[in-house]
Amino acid sequence: MDSALVVHRLHFAFTATFHYLFPQLTMGLAPLIVVLKVLALRSGDSRYADAARLLARLFAINFVFGVVTGIPMEFQFGTNWSRFSRFAGGVIGQTLAMEGMFAFFLESSFLGLFLFGEKRMSPRAHLAAAFAVFAGAWLSGYFIVATDAWMQHPVGYTVAPDGSVQLDSLSALLLNKWALWQYLHTMGGALVTGAFGTAGLGAYYLLRRGPGDDPRAAGALLKTGVIAAVLASAWQLFPTGDRQGALVAEHQPATLAAMEGLFATRPGAPLVLVGQPNVDERRIDNSLEVPSVLSFLTHRRWTASVTGLDRFPADTRPDNVSLLYYSYHLMVGLGTIFAGLMVLATLALWRGQLLTARPLLWALVLAVPLPYIANTAGWMTAEIGRQPWLVYGLMRTAAGTSPRVSAGNGLFSLLGFMGLYSLLAIAFVVLMTRVIAKGFA
Amino acid sequence: MVTFWFLLVAIMLVAYVVLDGFDLGVGAIYKWVGHTPEERALVRRSIGPVWDANEVWLLAAGGVLYFAFPQLYASSFSGFYLPLMMVLWLLIGRALGLELRGHTGDELFAQACDAVFMISSLLLPIFFGAALGNVIRGVPIDAEGSFFLPLWTDFRPGPQPGVLDWYTVLCGVVSLVALATHGALFLAMRVSGEVNLRATRVGRLGAKLLPGLTLITLAASMAVRPTILDNYRNHPVGLLIPAVVTASLAMMLRATRRGREHLAFAASVTYLTTMLVGAAFALYPVLLPSSDDPARSLTVTAAATGGHAMRVALIWWPIAFVLVAATFTHLYRTFRGKLIAGEGDGYH
Repeated sequence: MDSALVVHRLHFAFTATFHYLFPQLTMGLAPLIVVLKVLALRSGDSRYADAARLLARLFAINFVFGVVTGIPMEFQFGTNWSRFSRFAGGVIGQTLAMEGMFAFFLESSFLGLFLFGEKRMSPRAHLAAAFAVFAGAWLSGYFIVATDAWMQHPVGYTVAPDGSVQLDSLSALLLNKWALWQYLHTMGGALVTGAFGTAGLGAYYLLRRGPGDDPRAAGALLKTGVIAAVLASAWQLFPTGDRQGALVAEHQPATLAAMEGLFATRPGAPLVLVGQPNVDERRIDNSLEVPSVLSFLTHRRWTASVTGLDRFPADTRPDNVSLLYYSYHLMVGLGTIFAGLMVLATLALWRGQLLTARPLLWALVLAVPLPYIANTAGWMTAEIGRQPWLVYGLMRTAAGTSPRVSAGNGLFSLLGFMGLYSLLAIAFVVLMTRVIAKGFA
Repeated sequence: MVTFWFLLVAIMLVAYVVLDGFDLGVGAIYKWVGHTPEERALVRRSIGPVWDANEVWLLAAGGVLYFAFPQLYASSFSGFYLPLMMVLWLLIGRALGLELRGHTGDELFAQACDAVFMISSLLLPIFFGAALGNVIRGVPIDAEGSFFLPLWTDFRPGPQPGVLDWYTVLCGVVSLVALATHGALFLAMRVSGEVNLRATRVGRLGAKLLPGLTLITLAASMAVRPTILDNYRNHPVGLLIPAVVTASLAMMLRATRRGREHLAFAASVTYLTTMLVGAAFALYPVLLPSSDDPARSLTVTAAATGGHAMRVALIWWPIAFVLVAATFTHLYRTFRGKLIAGEGDGYH
């Protein structure tokens, strides 16, 4: 592989992965803050207001990091992927421009009001500002997912005489069925992160029981988080995860085969639970599999034949089968654990034992980082699965880079971002730890 | 249609310079106008709730540029690769410096944040001015429409220039003075007390410097790109632009002498707007001139996207623009009125 191509791919992968650590929490927390503020307004109970205010503090820190690490994403389409921008700018420029005009303004203006305005505004107006920030964040997510969905499953375009693609239907671009399911699945993933974070935070204060740790507000966090988490975890498995998988099976069959580690086409294909792909020998080592389940999940028939990697020419298969296989299995495995843990927590909550069940509270605290891994693995599944295409079936990734930006110059800024983001990560952890340590005070 | 989108992108970029320009300017003079911790908190509070929304104009303009003129976006962003990456780092540093300083209560951490915030606020206007200088001077576009500029070559604006040469550095310095003045006039309008007096002094100094600097830049631009006056010769109506520039500079001088704070800021807004409009008028229909072969210059028609994309965007863009205007009005109304020192950072 040409080394400039490797640098440009790493450049985008690194900055995008780091960036998405923050929006997944803010998009997940925003609706929970709105819910808590509604409860506070309706009940007049200070525990909800205290819980909402603490979440808002954490939200604000994450939002800032999300904004600053998001700016390079829009720039990189032009800086590192200029041939892709020439080719596809006429289509995806549309969704990116709409994101800027509709979502960014909504978010940033109302964030100012939300963070600075509590004393200047009535409680209702402040709730409205919180809701606007939530709407802006989720709208922003839609435009980004619609952009990615077009790269996964291009629709609504024609090819112009100069070889570039031109938009011929905005509604097709915005209502791309891939975008709809991918959006629901992505937002569900963000909710999982936000809800696990909220539940884990409440559990942490209940375990800690420091002098300022109001157990009533901690309980509000815990309960809201657990209820949201159980719903979101189920939503990730069915219907959204299932439908997303069906789209991949239908439109990207080579990707599905690589995700599942299915090297040879066969009827009654098994579902591989664990095992290491051995690409040279074309098999899964140490595999633990359930017979025929992959056939059923893909075609709803136990004996149906599922196409394996052997049916696809080498240059149309994902170029990193092992990483794709692991990303997908990590995501699904963690997703299943999430649903199991949250069903347990909901049962305990139902029976009134959750607030005192220390092992369960510990599990909720320790589970907080896991949704980040699952969300990252999910995006890796989508984007590594799209390879070797940049726009599926239309443009190869190798054809999209900036021709005049050398590997050396690309590496310069990649290393720069790595250094800068290391500092950011330290600052982030320090700030979050301090706010959490302070608690509701 | 293409010209119309050129106008819209230009309007958005002007909005960015005028709005984010004042908070960049306030950042550039931060330590000189705020001496005590209370005064510095006051300076931060004058831009705290609005800087992020102001900066969105840059991202939104970038997005609209991407969709309307993808060829220009692809060429210029990859060609100005190195300075753009540095701009990104500065934008990141500035935002974090401003937003994170109050979250720990640690004095040393806050000092570090202040330094990052002020240094990036000083450097960004220089980068933006130099960027405009690069566009006016032109870049060596190749047959495929791409280029790659080193940070510097021999510091001369010849056919194989670097990002930095004497001309673009001059543009950067003028941009810093103009935005620092703009920020000072905004600050004077927004706050009272000692900070107001100091900001007024900075604004007065800027108003004295800008007429001379503007003339020097004009002469330098004519030397670097002799064709820059062609559009003005062919369409004399364009001469209104320098007339308004002159009037705004005169008004800025008068208003700063007499302590008319709102008028002075309005004059600064007019000055920045007409300077940018003047540059766009001089370049049109070229978006990015070639420094060695005029035939390779990127024009609005060569850089534009297809007709359907432009037509359909004409439906959503005005809706979005009205919403943005309404939100901005609401935002600035909520935080109107003079601020006084001693109320902290304003976060809850």
